[in-house]
Amino acid sequence: MYRYDEFDETLVRERVAEFRGQVARRLSGELSEEAFKPLRLMNGLYLQLHAYMLRVAIPYGTLSSRQMRRLAHIASVYDKGYGHFTTRQNIQYNWPALIDVPDILDELADVEMHAIQTSGNCIRNITSDPFAGAIAGEIDDPRVWSELIRQWSSLHPEFSFLPRKFKIAVTASAEDRAAIKVHDIGLRIRKGADGERGFEVMVGGGLGRTPYIAETIREFLPERHLLSYLEAVMRIYNRLGRRDNKYKARVKILVAEDAAEFRRMVEDEWARSDKDSLDAPLDEIRRIRRHFTPPKFDRLAAESEAFDAARAARPEFDRWVKTNVLPHRQRGYAIVLISLKPIGKPPGDISARQMDAVADLAERYSFDEIRATHEQNLCLPHVRKDDLFAVWRTLDEAELATPNIGLVSDIIACPGLDYCDLANARSIPIAERIAERFADPEQAADIGELKVKISGCINACGHHHVGHIGILGVDKKGEEFYQIMLGGSGGADASLGVITGRGFSSSEIVDAVERLIRIYKANRVDGERFLDAYRRLGPETFKEALYGDAAHH
Amino acid sequence: MATLRITDEGSVVDSQPKGEEISLAQWREGARPEAGRFSLSIPNTEDIDGLAEIVARFDGVILEFPHFTDGRAYSQARTLRERLRFKGEVKARGAVLCDQALFMARAGFDALEIGDGDPAGFIRALAAYSVFYQPAADAAAPARVLRGAKREAA
Repeated sequence: MYRYDEFDETLVRERVAEFRGQVARRLSGELSEEAFKPLRLMNGLYLQLHAYMLRVAIPYGTLSSRQMRRLAHIASVYDKGYGHFTTRQNIQYNWPALIDVPDILDELADVEMHAIQTSGNCIRNITSDPFAGAIAGEIDDPRVWSELIRQWSSLHPEFSFLPRKFKIAVTASAEDRAAIKVHDIGLRIRKGADGERGFEVMVGGGLGRTPYIAETIREFLPERHLLSYLEAVMRIYNRLGRRDNKYKARVKILVAEDAAEFRRMVEDEWARSDKDSLDAPLDEIRRIRRHFTPPKFDRLAAESEAFDAARAARPEFDRWVKTNVLPHRQRGYAIVLISLKPIGKPPGDISARQMDAVADLAERYSFDEIRATHEQNLCLPHVRKDDLFAVWRTLDEAELATPNIGLVSDIIACPGLDYCDLANARSIPIAERIAERFADPEQAADIGELKVKISGCINACGHHHVGHIGILGVDKKGEEFYQIMLGGSGGADASLGVITGRGFSSSEIVDAVERLIRIYKANRVDGERFLDAYRRLGPETFKEALYGDAAHH
Repeated sequence: MATLRITDEGSVVDSQPKGEEISLAQWREGARPEAGRFSLSIPNTEDIDGLAEIVARFDGVILEFPHFTDGRAYSQARTLRERLRFKGEVKARGAVLCDQALFMARAGFDALEIGDGDPAGFIRALAAYSVFYQPAADAAAPARVLRGAKREAA
């Protein structure tokens, strides 16, 4: 993991001091809420329906157990005993008092954390593959480059007042676990023709009101030029991104208007830039890389007798292994996913006690490492197969062993009308009721991989456009209604879902989802996922299931 | 208009205009700097790269922040300093608030029209940070350079 040196530490401390001064000016009345708003928004502090919300950055989703314990401590002392993991690998606290926020930031700085640029029209927290360094098939460790970008983008003097927020994601595998094609910039680490390492640069993806899949503007960028190229993209966007309409201000609009022209301008800007000054020196990249040397894995047999015996003896352990455990690149190890989607609870929520339990497990069994995933779950990246049963038992005791990763109840949902003043409809109760409908683990396993994503308004924080089943809350004459979209994917085969037709009321929506699943099960060919079946069969079959019997109602 | 001038020796406020102003629109209508000191004011929608020969004839450039959330002039200032190597004064006008002063200084501004803003607040804000992660148009060495220097010293 990356550890701060004196420079990182000083910068974060100076940021806390600056924000403490700004909060004091607000509390004394020197700053109005209107004047304070842009300042707090530079530091992850939102004013929501009921209270302030503080979003804490978890750079590329990596946490140590010490950091997780501190997050638990903050939840206990300054909030209502829980936190909420987001779709951008961050954590949010929903009830902090303004006067406490500088102290919370000091507590975070003690463990090398901050809330810098978790909101505002700037470059947001960098996201990446939660399995970095653990999964087979990576061309490089994406965390090295994510950290380089984190530092470069922090308090950037030119790019802190962009037309709109800006999100960058990095991955290094063929399989995309960071949804890079729906980011403002997606970077895929790849090999060039001569074996040289570099990036495919994708720009202009995004969800929200007008979703787009990103365009590749450069097939191959040598890795040493990453920062100068990012500067060129950002400068073109800062200069030409629309500022007259916040719904047309994201870079995706600029790219969608004329991708070839956007590419030409970026290349032209880059050709004229002072790369020697802008690009990071090789020794700095090497310095960062040293923080991500692989842990000292034991030399183990590929199979574990204790593990196999436990699976045979305990069906509920076996079921959890099937859904929540993935192959590791190191022999004898596994990647463990911790579901934050217990049946009938808000997706992504975790109590302070549970955070402490995860921290203890990471310390004892996973080289002190924890990851947050963009699907609002947690991950222990490096667990010995021999230890899986012990890990499962502890997770089970902490109510963290829901065996539903990738299944119908592993739902992404935005906070919705329960918390958010932008929302048109509630999201969390819909997620809870769908999960309850398919609570039977045998039934859920039989349905197989199915990504349900729910947003409470068209801003799409619940990523409904890239759900296999996407659900969008809308307001219809003061009543909450839910539209269904089908066929979306945020993976390497990224696609945007297509709306099916009229929306469903809150009391109809769960039945509608069940009808979709029933028609999938009736038509699937062996082993075919819901998404594959949808792509093969086309929308009509599914629309018929949703609306075909409407005449009878 | 009270202007904070940022120099290597510190920052000072004065209200004296430094010479005459010509807007880019006036230039395009034929106005030219003659005897004395002249500054060119440029709207934030202009591509600075295309103005190299014009700005070279001025002692100063004035860039605009119609609202503090409109950050286009940061890119203009860096382009002026880093690409066009403009050595005259680069002044920020409009929504110039102390909370953005350091970003402005790093982007290459050395004069800020602070209006009735508190100069002490600006001077404090300019000194709020001692560490910077990225190279910009100011003289500050970014952390990655200082790290390298420290390694070599060790």
